[in-house]
Amino acid sequence: MRKLKTLLCATGLLAMLSAGSAQAAGQEEMIEMGKAVYLNKSRGNCVSCHQINDPDATQAGNQGPPIVAMKQRFPDKAVLRAQVWDATVNNPITIMPPLGKHWILSEAEIDAVVEYVYQF
Amino acid sequence: MKIIKTMAFGVGLVLSAQISQAADSGFTLETVNPEADRVALQNYFKKRFPDAELNDYVNGIYAVDSNSREQWEEIEEFPPYEFAVEEGEALFNTTFANGKGYADCFENGGIGIRQNFPYWSKEEGTVKTLEMEINECREANGEKVLKWSKGDIAKVSAYMAWTSRDQVIDIKLPEDDAGAMAAYLDGKKFFYAKRGQLNLSCANCHVQGANIRIRADLPSPQLGHTSHFPVFRSKWGELGTLHRRYSGCHKDSRSHPLKPQTETFRNLEYFQSYMNNGLAINGPGARK
Ligand code: HEC
Ligand code: HEC
Repeated sequence: MRKLKTLLCATGLLAMLSAGSAQAAGQEEMIEMGKAVYLNKSRGNCVSCHQINDPDATQAGNQGPPIVAMKQRFPDKAVLRAQVWDATVNNPITIMPPLGKHWILSEAEIDAVVEYVYQF
Repeated sequence: MKIIKTMAFGVGLVLSAQISQAADSGFTLETVNPEADRVALQNYFKKRFPDAELNDYVNGIYAVDSNSREQWEEIEEFPPYEFAVEEGEALFNTTFANGKGYADCFENGGIGIRQNFPYWSKEEGTVKTLEMEINECREANGEKVLKWSKGDIAKVSAYMAWTSRDQVIDIKLPEDDAGAMAAYLDGKKFFYAKRGQLNLSCANCHVQGANIRIRADLPSPQLGHTSHFPVFRSKWGELGTLHRRYSGCHKDSRSHPLKPQTETFRNLEYFQSYMNNGLAINGPGARK
């Protein structure tokens, strides 16, 4: 019992100490995941239609506008997320797949790819 | 470098802003007008690609993309389908067990008739494709039917296309038969309807998205699509029929393809081929 208490305290302390950097690490992980979603053919495959200034995004297509100046063009991140979740709301005949509405990506993956593109 | 990149981006933006779909006569039996559709499609591409010659659309993406055209012209110097056409000719001229042959099943002995397919059969109330009639010919003469997508059927079809090169595509829509118009409309609707997990229509890629990159792929304009089938694709390393290509495009957009030669695919072929009226048969073709 005593042992358990110490363990709990220690964990608590550790958690308190690392809370700040955990958030940063979380953000980094999220962007990492978002990038994978962006590039992976069987996930978001955004790169097949959108150029982006990331050296790993080779052979990008140009069906859609390039991913640039995201913060200026989407001051409200929720609007950007909505575009990714269902592009047909803005344009019913768009070629962009409704990545959220059609369960192509999970909600977490959509959050991640939004964080990733928001850097550009 | 950065400036050049930004400029290229700008062009992409303008392009995507101007793009609309060329489906002018609508999607109901009351309004649909195939001739108006055909002219609207031609005008749409004339506007999009002012430098491309109308008669060159039978060459697919190579009519509008000069980069890949060079590679293609090199391929055409030693056509990869040549051998298959010879095999197709041999198959075509091999008599069936009952002493008859393909020539007995078709008008003009099967020579120089590709441009009239597919056609609306009043008697049967359905669209008849060339491949369908090749197999019907076999069946009627007690032979086993061939598989639809590749192999012997594609070779026989390739030979028949070969003997029809430069014939002008002439798809008819008999006005005294409402079934023909309904089949056309079904094919047209299918072409413009979104489907599959990726929510893509044929028109998404082959009208508004034509000659715009999806990763490294460039979809061809739909004008001219059917003129050169069956096609020898480097990726396949062999010939394939039009309906094989339809299946491939379905899979690329994460939707389940229909079976080759099902009614809807035949209606799609009817619609697409009607769009090409006035252009010339140039099958078999070679593609990447
Ligand atoms: C098959 C092509 C295609 C794919 C795949 C695609 N998009 Fe798009 N996207 C487009 C097109 C085309 C537009 C232009 C607007 C329209 O037509 O709806 C667009 C618009 C956008 C916009 C709005 C840009 C602006 O300036 O208004 C964002 C942001 C975006 N896409 C992000 C993404 C992300 C993130 C992914 C992947 C998770 C993705 N897209 C996948 C084709 C695509
Ligand atoms: C995701 C984009 C996409 C969709 C959706 C799509 N295609 Fe394609 N299609 C392509 C690409 C890329 C090619 C190969 C390049 C080319 O056009 O020759 C191709 C090739 C073809 C060809 C061969 C063209 C030629 O010159 O040999 C035909 C015919 C065709 N598609 C018809 C269709 C039809 C009909 C549909 C709908 C059922 C469809 N496609 C849906 C992208 C697409």
